[in-house]
Amino acid sequence: MNAPTLFGLCAAALVGIGLYGLIVNPRPLRKILAFNLVGTGVFLLFGAIARRGAAVGMDGDPVPQALLITGIVVAFSATALAVALVQRLFDEAGSVTLAPDAPAKAPVEPPDA
Amino acid sequence: MTLALAVDISLALLVLAVAGWIIAVRDTFGAVIGFVAYGLLLALVWVRLAAPDVALTEAAIGGGLTGALLIGAAARLRGTEAAARAEYPGAFTRTLAAVLAVTVAAALAIGVLALPDPAPTLAPAAAAASLATTGVGNPVTAVLLAFRAMDTLLEAIVVLLALLGVWSLAPDRAWGGCPGPRRPVDPDGVLAYLAQLLPPIGIIVGLYIFWIGADLPGGKFQGATILAAMWLLVIWAGLADTPPIGRTWLRVLLVAGPLVFIAIGFAGAITAGAVLAYPEGYAKPLIVAIEIALMPTLVLTLALLVAGAPQRIPPQ
Amino acid sequence: MSLVLDIFTIVAVSAGAFFFLAGTVGLLRFPDTLTRLHALTKADNLGLGLVVMGLLPQAEQPFAVIKLIAIWLFALLAGATVGQLMARAARRERPTP
Repeated sequence: MNAPTLFGLCAAALVGIGLYGLIVNPRPLRKILAFNLVGTGVFLLFGAIARRGAAVGMDGDPVPQALLITGIVVAFSATALAVALVQRLFDEAGSVTLAPDAPAKAPVEPPDA
Repeated sequence: MTLALAVDISLALLVLAVAGWIIAVRDTFGAVIGFVAYGLLLALVWVRLAAPDVALTEAAIGGGLTGALLIGAAARLRGTEAAARAEYPGAFTRTLAAVLAVTVAAALAIGVLALPDPAPTLAPAAAAASLATTGVGNPVTAVLLAFRAMDTLLEAIVVLLALLGVWSLAPDRAWGGCPGPRRPVDPDGVLAYLAQLLPPIGIIVGLYIFWIGADLPGGKFQGATILAAMWLLVIWAGLADTPPIGRTWLRVLLVAGPLVFIAIGFAGAITAGAVLAYPEGYAKPLIVAIEIALMPTLVLTLALLVAGAPQRIPPQ
Repeated sequence: MSLVLDIFTIVAVSAGAFFFLAGTVGLLRFPDTLTRLHALTKADNLGLGLVVMGLLPQAEQPFAVIKLIAIWLFALLAGATVGQLMARAARRERPTP
């Protein structure tokens, strides 16, 4: 067992944990968190593969590492968009439920907190 | 078992435990705090995987900026927590989800154990690219701006598109207005004090990390995140307001980075024979020009993504 | 000489780790928010200071020494500020009699 294999297995487990939370938890914010866990699991898998590609005096393959940086930034912007969508849903509907038959509530004023 | 492996194993277990806690804990606010800790632990994992550039990005963006964004959202949505308790799926759905999750994880684990040996690597090609752009000593930066410049260009545009998406969620009455609520100033407040003390140092640190990225771990994304955090600190302390999104200077700066990148890219088609190729001997100055043009764009985009959709028209 | 420095590093870093441990025990064992914050900020600031002090002789260039000290100062500043903010939030939510 070496470090890339260990963290590769850790990444596989993270994808599993995130996937379970994504399906089971009904709250949108928790789904965003779970989706981010799946994302970091994939990143970590990629990172483990990058570490295995160490060659020509480099400790890791720089190509996947550069793509990881790109990926982390894109994941952040997707998260920001998702959070803005949930916020807008809350401002419009007064609740953030994703259930199709949820009772409609009267709109409330957006909180200034 | 070596000491290093023992450290790695405990780190992996800790990461898994925090991940499980993020999913399992009832309070969303607690889960978000867990996510910040998780981001910092992952940064340690990146160091152990010999990827210091990724570690910096993860700590700054994965832990810091995403954390700030989610903490704000969790605090605003706290009132909706109780209503969601009734929506948890039944035991059948949960079992099905668990089976699916375990299957996917097992398939990935088998994939990890069956990875080819010796591992395929693009390191020699990246080293060649690094060599071609003489003076860029950090191979990751060389990959980002020479070997895979197309990805970096598309990323800069994706981040900008995400910002447009966030802005387009503004209510009609607030279009063109300021993102986020106006923060009251607390003159004796410790936050206002910090927002006066920290930014001068933070700006130097951010620019240093940006500049050092050419040769050592660091770069524009990490540096831009620190600068964005300084701006957000000043905004949240109430010492400055977010700019109205209709301002011309803001829109010019937002598109300037990608435009310069595209212009240099297409100039490469004429002078060096390929889009996003750099003419012989000019690689380093052109890369520096792209980075300097992208920097303000990234700082503004990252900070405004956290600030959210426009909510109010500022008093004239 | 390097043996003395190595021993100094080991002692200081171990002492720092001990203070981190004490702070964490305090965080888990103390009864309310304010005492927990107290345990966390005080013990961790000292612990990090000792870890940084222990690592100073191992730094290879003078610039690394400045960086290490800067990290400690930033952590002090952040810890003090966040501690105050959290204490305020706690008092707003549940005023002490």
